[in-house]
Amino acid sequence: MPIEVSSSRSAGADRAFTLFTTGAAWLVLVLLGATAMSMAWGGRLAFETFGFGFITSSEWDAVQGRFGALVPIYGTLVTSAIALIIAFPVSIGIALFLTEIAPRWSRGPIGIAVELLAAIPSIIYGMWGLFVFAPFMGANVEPWLNEHLGDWPVLGPLFNGPPIGIGMLTAGIVLGIMIIPFIAAVARDVFAEVPPPLKEAAVALGSTRWEVLTKVTLPYTRSAVIGAIFLGLGRALGETMAVTFVLGNAHDLSASLLMPSNSIAAAIANEFTEADSELYRSSLIALAFLLFVVTFIVLSFAKLLLLRLKRIHGRTL
Amino acid sequence: MSPSRLLQRKIADAAALVFAGAATLFGLVWLFWILWTTLQQGIGALDPALFTQMTPPPGSQGGLLNAFYGSAMMIGLALLIGAPVGLAAGTYLAEHGRYSRLGSLVSFINDILLSAPSIVIGLFVYEMVVVTMGHFSGYAGALALAMILLPVIVRTSDEALRLVPDQMREAAFALGIPRWKVTSQVLYKAALSAIVTGILLGVARIAGETAPLLFTALSNQFWTSSLNEPLANLPVVIFQYAMSPYEEWHELAWAGAFMLTIFVLGLNIAVRLIVRRRKRP
Repeated sequence: MPIEVSSSRSAGADRAFTLFTTGAAWLVLVLLGATAMSMAWGGRLAFETFGFGFITSSEWDAVQGRFGALVPIYGTLVTSAIALIIAFPVSIGIALFLTEIAPRWSRGPIGIAVELLAAIPSIIYGMWGLFVFAPFMGANVEPWLNEHLGDWPVLGPLFNGPPIGIGMLTAGIVLGIMIIPFIAAVARDVFAEVPPPLKEAAVALGSTRWEVLTKVTLPYTRSAVIGAIFLGLGRALGETMAVTFVLGNAHDLSASLLMPSNSIAAAIANEFTEADSELYRSSLIALAFLLFVVTFIVLSFAKLLLLRLKRIHGRTL
Repeated sequence: MSPSRLLQRKIADAAALVFAGAATLFGLVWLFWILWTTLQQGIGALDPALFTQMTPPPGSQGGLLNAFYGSAMMIGLALLIGAPVGLAAGTYLAEHGRYSRLGSLVSFINDILLSAPSIVIGLFVYEMVVVTMGHFSGYAGALALAMILLPVIVRTSDEALRLVPDQMREAAFALGIPRWKVTSQVLYKAALSAIVTGILLGVARIAGETAPLLFTALSNQFWTSSLNEPLANLPVVIFQYAMSPYEEWHELAWAGAFMLTIFVLGLNIAVRLIVRRRKRP
């Protein structure tokens, strides 16, 4: 806005108002920076004591005061990976359905249903996971996995374990369900950005809908779709409640996806109020620092990829 | 083109359509499953005592009155802090700093804050407030919620103000109205319903946040109206009761989960109805 009008009487009020809004904007930056610094400061004792071993050791012994974060880091990565494997194809399918296939009258209601799925608080996902989904996994899915996949040469150990329902596989699936609506909603908006003439041209040349998707829509939106997936990954990495309920808070490293494990967020949620020594607390804060840095990188990457499409169109996604 | 090639393409197309339909069905099944479980378990556990009694000790009956009260107080205070600051930052992004470098940086960082792990925000407030004050408190919980609310309001108010046509700004400036008056009396009024929508969505977002309250407000089994003490709140009570081995506590957790889900989904649906009405000519 190039127009600037101010009389001497209102100049003071104007300056104050500008100062207030600018200050509020700075506050956003300050909060993010302060969070990162506060985590680094709070975790310094753990980093000083254990050094690099903090992320390579799997020993987590509160009595001996030895803390290695390998198990929660591994659990966070594995559950997020399972979540992405499930959520990626499903979300793209939903986005495709909502932009290309569904009858026009049904797009609104289905879109809203997907958005409502995103609005359900994560603690509800966690409770449902603990009381309904984990028993279901333990009774139906995991025995089947044991029996049919447990003997496979390479993948076998992943699916071999006690069918107790609580574990990395269940947590990963619950996480996947949680991030489906996030990715689907962004991917839908991204798909809707493809200029209609491009798609119409492809249809005029005789393309099927599948060909329009793979040869026009996806190439046009590739970076933004990857951005949407990273956005989902960022959510999955930092999600606390949905996984805390179904992960089992175990500090043993195991190959089996059916075994209880831990994640960074779940370890903090479960143990922080019980942490009775300075080193224990510092180790948990150091975990939070690692989580914050990793999600910051993942989310920045997501945002940059989404911005590329925005730059072409000049509007917010 | 040979007929078999055409057939192949048609089959690939049909397969893709079926896959997309199945994916949507798969996505929605969970929504209904989760809602069904919450409704079924929650309605069974509903009881007038929920709104008249306090959270009970293990193995006895009780209600959630103190948790409802604590949640309401903390959400209210979070709104009082987060909404004005968020609106101001949103105003900066849409008005004063629309084309500035600081504006794009803040907008970028704000979107990251929007998805940042809420448990880390809880730890941050713990370090800043709880450690300084020396005890858990409702104030700390409200600050943590305000910090989660802030980016939501920054984003929605920024978008709301950008939708106000530039002619309105130009007309107001042409009358010689100072900028702060243009913003506060012309633009805010024009964008009011969109700003309110954003605030309601923000409330829906923080109502269910559990992780940031675990080490800030903690919880409290007893009634307290003071925000300067550990404060019972719905999400943390649900978490503690659901993870406990007691049947009575599970029931209360489901009742709480039911109320929370109704509140959050109700707000979301209400917001969509407002938006739809606004879009009608």
